[in-house]
Amino acid sequence: MDLTLKVWRQADRKSKGNFETYQIKDISPDSSFLEMLDELNEQLIREGIEPVAFDHDCREGICGMCSLFINGRAHGPGHETTTCQLHMRKFKDGDTIVIEPWRAGAFPVIKDLVVDRGAFDKILQAGGFISVNTGNAQDANAIPIKKFQSDEAMDAAACIGCGACVATCKNSSAMLFVASKVSHLALLPQGKVEAVRRAKAMVAKMDELGFGSCTNTGACEVECPKGITLTHIARLNREFLSANLKP
Amino acid sequence: MAYFLNSSIGKKFLVSLSGLFLISFLFVHLTANSMILFDSSGELFNRTAHFMATNPIIRVVEPILAIGFILHILYTVILTIQNWMARPIGYHKQQRAFSSTWSSRNMIWLGLVILAFLIIHIANFFWKVKFTGDPLLGKVDYDGVEMENTYHLVTTFFIQWWWIVAVYVIGAVALGFHLTHAFWAAFQTLGWSDNCWRKRLNALGLVISIIIAGGFAIIPLWVKIASMI
Repeated sequence: MDLTLKVWRQADRKSKGNFETYQIKDISPDSSFLEMLDELNEQLIREGIEPVAFDHDCREGICGMCSLFINGRAHGPGHETTTCQLHMRKFKDGDTIVIEPWRAGAFPVIKDLVVDRGAFDKILQAGGFISVNTGNAQDANAIPIKKFQSDEAMDAAACIGCGACVATCKNSSAMLFVASKVSHLALLPQGKVEAVRRAKAMVAKMDELGFGSCTNTGACEVECPKGITLTHIARLNREFLSANLKP
Repeated sequence: MAYFLNSSIGKKFLVSLSGLFLISFLFVHLTANSMILFDSSGELFNRTAHFMATNPIIRVVEPILAIGFILHILYTVILTIQNWMARPIGYHKQQRAFSSTWSSRNMIWLGLVILAFLIIHIANFFWKVKFTGDPLLGKVDYDGVEMENTYHLVTTFFIQWWWIVAVYVIGAVALGFHLTHAFWAAFQTLGWSDNCWRKRLNALGLVISIIIAGGFAIIPLWVKIASMI
């Protein structure tokens, strides 16, 4: 496949940045999107141009490190896939592909396509944990948990924190991320203990970091590579409301 | 409480509650207006308008309604500005239509169209009936009870000017689109939604939107068309 790539280049946090257009030839339709970018970088190095910086780690769709806004969609075309699991067969020979970083005030661009998603870590530090004393793990069946609850908690826990929800939301809202964390902990007995404090602290941190608010457009759940639904946002709203009603 | 109202979810909570309250008002308003359709002498509508203007419960609810409008508008404007500020640099290319509905993305614009309509609407009728009076607003007498001929004021407006009819139809359609997203979203923000209720509430929201938009649009069209045949 021969492709035209329109890639966002930005030297550092403070630079203005602009799109550069690159031509790339003989890309296998079976290569992944990141492998295509690897080939682009090989080509750029040969030409004496600084390679394009982009985030990636596991390349098997579970770490949440890869990002990229590809042709106007978070993680590009394809349903419930991360950028690393996107393959070039989703594109056609001769296509022009526009590649942008996540755009959100809370996710500043560090370099080229790499953004600082440290804001998510700060939200987790505010309450996305359970406080337990260390020691031997309890027997798995010592605390009975309803099937529905364990399923819902597991669905929420699938969030890999990639930030596609923020990137695709017209308000740059982090509600789906916060909801999945609050939901997965609040549904389980171990997480219930701190549920009140958690909901308040995580929402407060989310607001403080400059994420927008949710207007229920549902764009986040469509683009979420892990298929996390708005039902978790409803649960977060419930948790937050009940947390504020308690003294 | 102050913390709650300062949080994004707290503000949205107020928008949802005020929005649902405004929807309940729309049903009362539409019911009263529909009396225009059922009696071309105007007596039924005039009696309804008189009842609404004199009923003590309605008198008490009226200022609450005004507060509902103000809260809904104020908080949505604040939230929208905050949401715009959350993305200082936008995308070069974004396929928004792929992942969300047009109404859900344009709630603020639909809302502003409805606000513009509301100002025209209040100036047309409410203000005249309530405060300034109008030459078109004569007195009528039904069974010894004297009341204002609101029917005459309303129908004359629609019959005389096509553009007034157009403004009312546009207002109704904008309201309809606004409600297609608003109804379920209000319950979602209040936390009353899950995978199952979402479908039910969205379906109900669509029905409500069609009733409200269709109802409010038909009345001026009916009056205008009935005057021509």
